[in-house]
Amino acid sequence: MSDIEAPFLAKLKDGDEAAFAGLVTDLGPGLLDFARTFTSSPALAEDIVQETWLAVIRGLHGFEGRASLKTWIFSILVRRARTIAARDARLHARAAARASEVEWEPGQGRRGLWEETPVPWSVVDPEAIYQSQEALQVLQAAVDGLPEMQRQVVLLRDVEGLSAGDVCNILVLSETNVRVILHRGRAKLRQALDRYMRDGATSEGAAPSESVGRVAARGIR
Amino acid sequence: MNCYEAIDLMGDAIESRVPSDSRAGFQEHLDECPACCTYFEQLRTTVSALARLPRRGDPVVLTQNLRDAYRRRSR
Repeated sequence: MSDIEAPFLAKLKDGDEAAFAGLVTDLGPGLLDFARTFTSSPALAEDIVQETWLAVIRGLHGFEGRASLKTWIFSILVRRARTIAARDARLHARAAARASEVEWEPGQGRRGLWEETPVPWSVVDPEAIYQSQEALQVLQAAVDGLPEMQRQVVLLRDVEGLSAGDVCNILVLSETNVRVILHRGRAKLRQALDRYMRDGATSEGAAPSESVGRVAARGIR
Repeated sequence: MNCYEAIDLMGDAIESRVPSDSRAGFQEHLDECPACCTYFEQLRTTVSALARLPRRGDPVVLTQNLRDAYRRRSR
């Protein structure tokens, strides 16, 4: 545990409501996003988060801070979610429907990463992409469309910014597994951005909202 | 280094964690292979963009239910 976190944990254990409220505000949105990867039901995702917080409250006094608070809480969510979502039949139907895609394997080169030789995007400064609401929307839709495990690893690693080791612990996966799953997920997200960037490049002057409309029309979100 | 080896190292490279004995070879490969170079740049941009995704939904507030649970536990 970091030196910054120890006093905060002490406050939490001490019943400091402001500290607890702060924790819920900080981690709540990320937890809800993450819970949504386990189920197609928004209500169930909220239940998973609620149950996670209740388990956090129950476990707080026994928590010794060997992992960071964030890692500990996400681990609890995974255990809750796996129990709860196992009952959600829709989840299995969804996972099965995606099994046919070509996935990248270590040592297999670009197979599963790119078909046509990648062409540089027309923007020189990536900052233009980071600043574009539309590009970020495309990316968000692509994250939502990832297979479950890839979405989970990408959310924890790249959106939440947790370390590779923490992600392994939270999802109970080996480091090799996490690396492969992460690469697969990132590859699909790059592809989604690539499609978006190239659409923009070929139909010069097209209203930007048009391409977002297409994304929405495909029903990804 | 060939494309196969370079591609396997891209994940590490994004986090600047390429093993030191492969670092020069990886960079040389990117310098001479436009496909890998472009792909890697785009992958890196994608990962950076992920960290900037806006949070969705309403800001989370502490529900009364949770507040009560926390109070009971802390007593």
